[in-house]
Parts: sequence; structure tokens; C-alpha cells
Amino acid sequence: MTTIPDAPKPVFRPSMLIYDTRYRSLTIQVVVLFLFMAGAAWLIDNAIQNLRTLGKDFNFSFLGQRAGYDINQRLVAYDSNSTHGRALLVGLLNTLLLAVMSCALATVIGVIAGVLRLSGNWLVARLMTVYVETFRNIPTLLWILVFGAIMTESMPAPAAFRGDNPTAEMILGMVAITNRGVYVPEPMFARSLGDLDLGLFLVSIDLLALAAVLIAGILIRRRLLRHAEAVQNATGVRPVTWWKGLLAVVLPPALLLWALGFHLNYPELAGFNFSGGIHLRNSLIAMWLALSIYTGAFIAENVRAGIMAVSRGQTEAAFALGLRPGTTMNLVILPQAKRIIIPPLISQYLNITKNTSLALAVGYMDLRSTLGGITLNQTGRELEAMLLMMLIYLVISLLISLAMNLYNRRVGLKER
Amino acid sequence: MSDTHAETVAFVRDTMLPPEPPPVTEIGAVRWVRENLFSGWLNVLLTLGAVYVIVWLLAHIGPWLLNSVWNAGSLAECRQILDGATGACFAVIRDRGQQLLYGFYPANLYWRPNLALLLMVVALAPLLFPRVPRRVLWFSAVYPAVAYWLLWGGSVWFPVSVLLGFPAGYLAWRVMRPAGAILSGIVAVLVPLLWWAVVAGPLAGLLQSIVPLGLRPVRSDQFGGFMLSIIIGVTGIALSLPLGIVLALGRRSDMFLIKTLSVGFIEFIRGVPLITLLFTASLLLNYFLPPGTNFDIILRVIIMVTLFAAAYMAEVIRGGLAALPRGQYEAADALGLDYWKAQRLVIMPQALKVSIPGIVNTFIGLFKDTTLVVFIGLLDPIGLSNSIRADTNWNGIYWELFIFIGLLFFIFCFGMSRYSQHLERRLKTDHH
Repeated sequence: MTTIPDAPKPVFRPSMLIYDTRYRSLTIQVVVLFLFMAGAAWLIDNAIQNLRTLGKDFNFSFLGQRAGYDINQRLVAYDSNSTHGRALLVGLLNTLLLAVMSCALATVIGVIAGVLRLSGNWLVARLMTVYVETFRNIPTLLWILVFGAIMTESMPAPAAFRGDNPTAEMILGMVAITNRGVYVPEPMFARSLGDLDLGLFLVSIDLLALAAVLIAGILIRRRLLRHAEAVQNATGVRPVTWWKGLLAVVLPPALLLWALGFHLNYPELAGFNFSGGIHLRNSLIAMWLALSIYTGAFIAENVRAGIMAVSRGQTEAAFALGLRPGTTMNLVILPQAKRIIIPPLISQYLNITKNTSLALAVGYMDLRSTLGGITLNQTGRELEAMLLMMLIYLVISLLISLAMNLYNRRVGLKER
Repeated sequence: MSDTHAETVAFVRDTMLPPEPPPVTEIGAVRWVRENLFSGWLNVLLTLGAVYVIVWLLAHIGPWLLNSVWNAGSLAECRQILDGATGACFAVIRDRGQQLLYGFYPANLYWRPNLALLLMVVALAPLLFPRVPRRVLWFSAVYPAVAYWLLWGGSVWFPVSVLLGFPAGYLAWRVMRPAGAILSGIVAVLVPLLWWAVVAGPLAGLLQSIVPLGLRPVRSDQFGGFMLSIIIGVTGIALSLPLGIVLALGRRSDMFLIKTLSVGFIEFIRGVPLITLLFTASLLLNYFLPPGTNFDIILRVIIMVTLFAAAYMAEVIRGGLAALPRGQYEAADALGLDYWKAQRLVIMPQALKVSIPGIVNTFIGLFKDTTLVVFIGLLDPIGLSNSIRADTNWNGIYWELFIFIGLLFFIFCFGMSRYSQHLERRLKTDHH
């Protein structure tokens, strides 16, 4: 009588680590982890040895030491007796200022150019094509240098504004464009509320109050519009709201400005130079224009692609429903085009922020020129300064990406 | 019936009149102008604005370009020739053009970069155009070694013995194949590595001592100008695509660790400006390598630029992978293809085709970004334009240099974007 043997028990053999798909991925990951750890350990060990050979240590105490250099554009109080950490802050604020200004102008230029490139006007469409192709195919750095050269070489010297028949003239008597920079009127408050000390820097209470009033006005206007929509849905008649909305947004800030004694301080020729007003340095203007116009060309392409991606049938359907062209644009085309345009738009903002690090080319004192430039050279702490700088840029980038992901989640198509 | 008509009407025309020509406003150029330039008040305004812009630009740039001076030794001489009139001084291009193209490469050796560029066109031809015979691909494979030897010079045996590592690996794979796919794969990777680490150097020295054959060596700090941009750009482009594909696959992998590492790498590189990476290459790399190591600055820059472009490339390719319908993966599985076969035969050809515009945009971006090497002291065209301006002869010359450099970059980048559009049309397989 034969006995039927049991099915062979599954035994683990080492070769299964490679040939069995259940274990293979585990094996690969363990090997990769080992290699990664070994590589990281090797790099860190090298760094420790090299630092010891050079007699250096790894610490960030240099941020508390006296900087000893001047920064020509500062948004917060700073002088050469301030610390390196303070210089870092000044540079960071300059980077952010440049990035925000460029993002705003680039969006305006890009949207206009993108729409015009689709225009039925042959000449304008061609002109915009030339603009987009020229700027997209030539390096940013070259454009920065070109705009820097335009500002310093082609603009009149302050002396040209002098005399009985000057060769240069201020625009509207308010703005002076010279080869030393652009002078614009400075807003002043006769009855200022003073500054608020935030520890790191001072913030003008006037501006805070103005912003608060403006935001409140916008909220009131939004409420008005919502109410109007409710009335329209209930009765079919939309109450007239435009003047109420305008009043809510414009009147309170105007009253506040009047109460604070708002006036403008115009730049004036004094001696060999202009005084008064705000002095926007050439470096800032050159960077601002170069980054905006360069990135504007990329944004124009995104806008064009977004508008073209909304199918023609959508417009036709809207017309068939009896919507007017303006309403069609607002209610049908833009909401759909927006979803396509905004993600690449935000990555262009990211590019602008990273491209501000080229500011050294025209001598703009951004984060890269303060922390990664003079501070690094003076203290000789390459490792710490570079790591800190990378970390700061990384945080800024991740914040912008986070904003993009949140937006995508909000407007993304809800598929069921 | 016709009779009654004939009686009531005095005259009936019995021949057809020839057609009248359309009104003059509805044909030819006039109609085109009316439709495309003056079809409404907004259009008229736009046209007038555009005409104003064009006329303004021509009025300012036209005379300056037409009145340009091509023969002079210095900016002062140019101004003397122009005698107060407006005009460009392109004499600087004549005087320093070679420097802008080759940097400080020895002038009697210019034939070497020229030949390398020419051979590059030959090596690229089979990759770009399907009509070129496939056999040329063999030349494309050895081209990197040829170009290295031509540009840097030195003994011919060094690139040859490095190249021999590949056949050595192949041979090892053939020998080990009966022992199993995985073992032979590992050996095929290890043997070339060992070859390069141990055998290649002494072998090159030995061969050189037997048959001395070489070109005059040129140091890396003599490289510069547009040549440097092309070297960094082309190498970066060639290396970043495969690396980008690997990273994209890693990011979509099921293996947690591989995915985490890929995401971390991609997001880190994309989050910092290229200039910080270049500074890392020039300042920090020495900290992270064994004491005493010092390797070529151009090589370091190429590595950094490649890593930078690869992260962007990975995101572009990931987009292409995500655009493929799930059915393609399932169909590949159903055919019994393993992971790599499925990627090679089914997934990648489609994903790469979808991402061509993005890939070429990344290439163009990389090529433009080669100008940033000026910040770490390499003499690319922009760095040279600064040093030309530092010369007393050419102090104060801006636009002519910018136009020359801009034009060179424009030709390359615009060419790439046109080729990508051609490629998209060629590979198009849908019918709508």
C-alpha cells in the first residue's frame, strides 16, 4: 500500500531572494539602501576629514558676527555694523521683492502677448511671435546684461535734466529715468501712525491699516455680489451693483489716506543728482525688466496653449445659449482655460524666483550676493553658507509648489 | 407659354452675360488687408500700434546697423571713422570673433574643434534622420571618445583603452550567459568597471610607449567661448535623457525606497537654482571627495548641469508616462513581457513620443543655462565679452557683442525647436 506523500512544504531558499518576485523587490531595496547609506557615509566621512585638515569646524555662529559690508538696497534697517544674519535677511527680502515684482509684471506681459498672438490681426500676431521666439531662444543671463547695459548706457545722466533747455525731461514731472536709476515719487503720511516693531524689522502701521481697509472693502463687495446673485436667482432681475461695489472698495481707503495726510514727495534735482522720492537702482530695474520680459514670453505660450485647448464648440454652445461675447469669455472660456494655464504659470513663478539668483550679474544685492557672495568670501565658510542658501531656496520653492498643489486640488476636474 | 411671354415683354435676352469681376475691395491684397488688418476699430488700433512699434525700432536700429564699421582696431578708431554719426562697430567681432568662438584654444589647433563639430554632425545624423544608413550608428557610438581625443588631445591610446571596456563587458556577458541572466548582468557591469579602474590606465601607457601616437594636449582652462557652451550643452543633453528616464521610472516605481530616493533627488534639484549647484561644483565638491582629489572643472560642471537637467527631464517623462492609458501596461503584461521588455517595447516609445516638446524644451533650457558657468570663472561667450570689454581698445562696447552672442544661441535653440516640431509631425500616428 502506497502512502500519498504530503505536498512539499514551502521552504525558503536563498535563491528565491533573486528569482521570486515576492522577495526580489525587497532584495533590491535592501541593496539600494545599503549602497545609499555607504555613499552618504563616505561623503560625510570625507567632509569631516577635509574640514579637520583645513582646521575648520561646522557651525553657524558666523551669522551672529559683524558683517562689515554695506548693502546698497535695503528694505529693513541695516548698516555695516549689523550681523551676517541681518545681511542674510536683507538679501532674502531683496530676492523676494524682485521675485514678486517680476511675477506680477511677467503675468501682465505674458497674458497680453499670449492673447495678441491669437489675434486675427496678422501684423500683431507676427510681431508677438517674433517677441516670443526671440526671448525664448536667448539665455536669460544675456537679457539681464542687455537690460543692465540699456539702463546704464542709454539713459540720460542726471546732468541732462539741468539747465534752461535740458536734453532730458521727467515723465509727467514725477518720474526721472537716469543712468543712475529711476526716481519715482514717494508716498508720505503727514499724520503717520508710526511703525510696529516685529522684532526682526519694523512695519509701517499706515500701510497695515490701508491693507486692512482695502481687504475689508473687497469682502464687502463680494458680499454685495453674492446678494445680487441670490436676488437674481429668486426673481430673475439682477439689482444694479457696480457703483455700490466700487464705492465699497474705493471710498474707505481714500478716506483713510485723507485722514493720514497722504501726499507724494517728488524727486528733485539737487546738485549732481536727484534727491527725494524713491530711488530704484539700475540693478533692480534691469533685473525686473529682464526677468519679466523673458518669462513673459514663456507665459505667453502657456496662455496661448490654454486658450486654444478650450474647444471651439464651447464658444459656439455659449453663443447658441444667447450669451454675449464678454459673458462667454467670463463664464465659459476663462474658467476652463484657467485650469490649464495656472499650473504652468506657477512653475514659471518658480523659475523667476530661481532666476533672481543671477542678480549678481548686474550687482543687485540678493540672497546669493549677500549670503552666498560677500558673507561666504569674508568668513570662508563655504559649506555652511551654501547649505543654508540651498535650504532657503528649497523652502521657497517647496512653498510655491505647495500652493500649486493646493490650487490643482481645488480646481481639478472632479471625476466620478 | 413662351409665346405669351414674348407678347408681353418687348425684349428678352437670349445669351448669358459674362460674369462681372468682383469688387476691388473683395479680391487680392486689398481684401487680405481689410480682413487681416482693418476689420474693426480695435484691429485698426492694433495695426497702427504695431506699425508704430516697427517703424520706431527700424528708425532706431536700422541706421545703426546699416552704418556699421567692420574694419577697425579699437572702439576709438570706430568712432573716428563714424565721425559722430550713429553706427555699429562690428569690427570687434572681426577682431575678437575667434576668441568668442574658441576661447583661448591655441589658434593653430582650431582645426581640431572644427573637425569635432563636423564629426558631431555625422554622428548625430543617424539619430536625427531615418534616411541615413544605420551603419553610421557605430560611428555615433565611438564619437564621444573621438571628440574627447580631438578636443583635449594627448595620447590616442587613453580613449581607445577606455572604449575597450565596453567590448570587454559584452564579452564577459556572453561568456557568463549560461550561468543565468542575473549573474551575467552583474558581471557585465562589474567587468568594465574593473577594466577602467585597473587595466585601462596601464594599458594606455603601455600602448603609448610601444606606438607613440597622440595630439598636442590642451588644458581645460584654455577652453572657452561658444565651443565650451557646445561641449557642456551637448554632453549634458546626451547624458541627461537616459538619467531622466531612469529617475522617472524610479519615481513611478512600486518600491518605496527607490521611489522616495527619486522623489527626494528630483525635488531637491528642482528646488534650488542651477547657480548654487555650480557653486557646489566649484567650491564644495572638494569637501566631499577624498583629500587630495582634484578633477577637471569642466567635468564637474558637466556633471552638475547633467544632474540638473535630468531632474527636469524626469518630470517631463513622468508626464508622458502618466498620459499613457492603463491598458497599454496591462496589454504588455498580458503578452508576458517582463518589466524591462515592456518598458522598452511598449511603454517608452509612446511615452517619449508624447513628451517630445517637453524634452526639447529641457534641452533648450540646458543649452541656455550653460551661460551660467561664467559665475564660476569659466570663459563662456558671456565671460569673454566681459574680458573683451576690460581691454582698453574695446572698453564700452556692448551691443555688438550681445548681438553676436545672442544670434549664435538663437540659431542653435531655434533650430532645436524647429527640429522637434518636425519630429512630432514625423512620428504622428493618429489620424485627426
